[in-house]
Amino acid sequence: MSLGSRDFWGAAALSLLLLVFVLGVWQISTLPKRQGPSANDEYAKLMGRGAKKTEGLPTPGQIGKTAWKQLAHPFYDRGSNDKGIGIQLAYSLARVGAGYLLAIVFAVPLGFLIGMSPLMHRALDPFIQVLKPISPLAWMPLALYTIKDSSVSGVFVIFICSLWPMLINTAHGVASVRRDWLNVARTLEVKPLRRAFRVILPAAAPTILTGMRISMGIAWLVIVAAEMLVGGTGIGYFVWNEWNNLDLANVIFAILVIGVVGMALDVAIGRLQKLVTYVD
Amino acid sequence: MAFLEVQGLSKIYPAKDGRPVPVFEGVGFAIEQGEFVCIVGHSGCGKTTILNILAGLDTASEGVVIMDRREVAGPSLDRGVVFQGHALLPWLSVLKNIAFAVRSRWPKWDRIQVELHCQKYIDMVGLTGAEHKKPAELSGGMKQRVGIARAFAIQPKMLLLDEPFGALDALTRGVIQDELLKICAATRQTVFMITHDVDEALLLADRILLMSNGPRAVIAETVKNAMVAPRARHNMHRDPQYYPIRNHLVDFLVNRSKPRATDTPQRAAANVVNLRH
Repeated sequence: MSLGSRDFWGAAALSLLLLVFVLGVWQISTLPKRQGPSANDEYAKLMGRGAKKTEGLPTPGQIGKTAWKQLAHPFYDRGSNDKGIGIQLAYSLARVGAGYLLAIVFAVPLGFLIGMSPLMHRALDPFIQVLKPISPLAWMPLALYTIKDSSVSGVFVIFICSLWPMLINTAHGVASVRRDWLNVARTLEVKPLRRAFRVILPAAAPTILTGMRISMGIAWLVIVAAEMLVGGTGIGYFVWNEWNNLDLANVIFAILVIGVVGMALDVAIGRLQKLVTYVD
Repeated sequence: MAFLEVQGLSKIYPAKDGRPVPVFEGVGFAIEQGEFVCIVGHSGCGKTTILNILAGLDTASEGVVIMDRREVAGPSLDRGVVFQGHALLPWLSVLKNIAFAVRSRWPKWDRIQVELHCQKYIDMVGLTGAEHKKPAELSGGMKQRVGIARAFAIQPKMLLLDEPFGALDALTRGVIQDELLKICAATRQTVFMITHDVDEALLLADRILLMSNGPRAVIAETVKNAMVAPRARHNMHRDPQYYPIRNHLVDFLVNRSKPRATDTPQRAAANVVNLRH
């Protein structure tokens, strides 16, 4: 179903209206109680920016101000507990990128093998079925014990959670390549490697990319939790740290950033998916 | 020895209950070089299986296929196949679909050589101008033409066509039949083709194999096309031989193609019918 341009503007206007309404309700319900200047402000100045907004949720305006401050200097670095949002995001993205790429390197060839060989499919299926439903965070203690490095353990957790959707989709995509196309390759005496890259891979690519898209979604969900757990750096740690500072404006700002980055990652892979999709 | 010899071919599938039943058995025929042979029969008699065995995509339970004095043991570039459902790779353009086949045949050719060769066959099937279109942008008839061009482009010793025009409307079918006829006449291509359409068989084939119904199907008759080549669609029905042969074929399909009652396989050579009035 496609929308006409009139419908598009209508939907955009409605979205905007909804946003204004939610922000309005939020602003009204979180307006600070009227108070004269008090010792609290002095105290806050002494303590730095963290200690003031303890009375309740911050207003949209306060969050806007926080966001402005953060976005104006995204890459500042004042020690291990005070880094700009850009640096924290970079850490998270690097971990997700590393774990995700590692997962591709394992999942795609293994998925090819499982998809091509019914024997391997049967043999490996029980393992996959048992390993797949395990929460990736459950691997964390084991990873920390064996790897002995919290950052690499984070990468491992991303790897393990990205693995399954890619593996299963690759295997499914490869196994369901049309018989006709394989027969064409057979009658043309196409060598196995050429067949894998020129027939099976393009035929299965949309399914594989769907798996990658699902994996990326999960990886971005998991990285926040993983970084909260192991601490140190990253957007997840940033959220946890600001919670410990009781700076809810920063927490909410970080939540929004996580959402926007997650959407951007999804759109990027969606573009890639469009490139390899064919009309049959 | 004929160019293609098929001897004692049978295919047995294990049945769910009790003993396995052969779909067809004792199938034997020969095709001379440059001959166009059609096989006609009802659905389920194993025509496609026979074609797949000739192509090397399937294996027979019994019997041998010998082409050009060599036993057929697997798929080969010597036998081009036009598939029922065109089987084009949908992510490749027309040119690239054909180039994929050409590169398989002549891996050492450079890009220009491959493209020139492809273009020749694209022009031959009348698809000039559609080189860079994807299969999804083509009509059913155009897709099938690409399939034909792809099969011809590798210059196989023999062409196998599995009901290539089954999914096309009557007008398109007629046009492509004419083209196929022209190309085959020009290249002296040896062709084995499956069809349901009696008129198609009469137009294209020098010889028509009639298959009885399965299970235990056999080639019941071989009918020589008494109408001499070149035949043309627009005046074929005025040929005095046309109706006798046509009636004979239709009569076979309607009345005489029933499965045999006896269990003894008919190993004798199929009747050769030569209608001349």
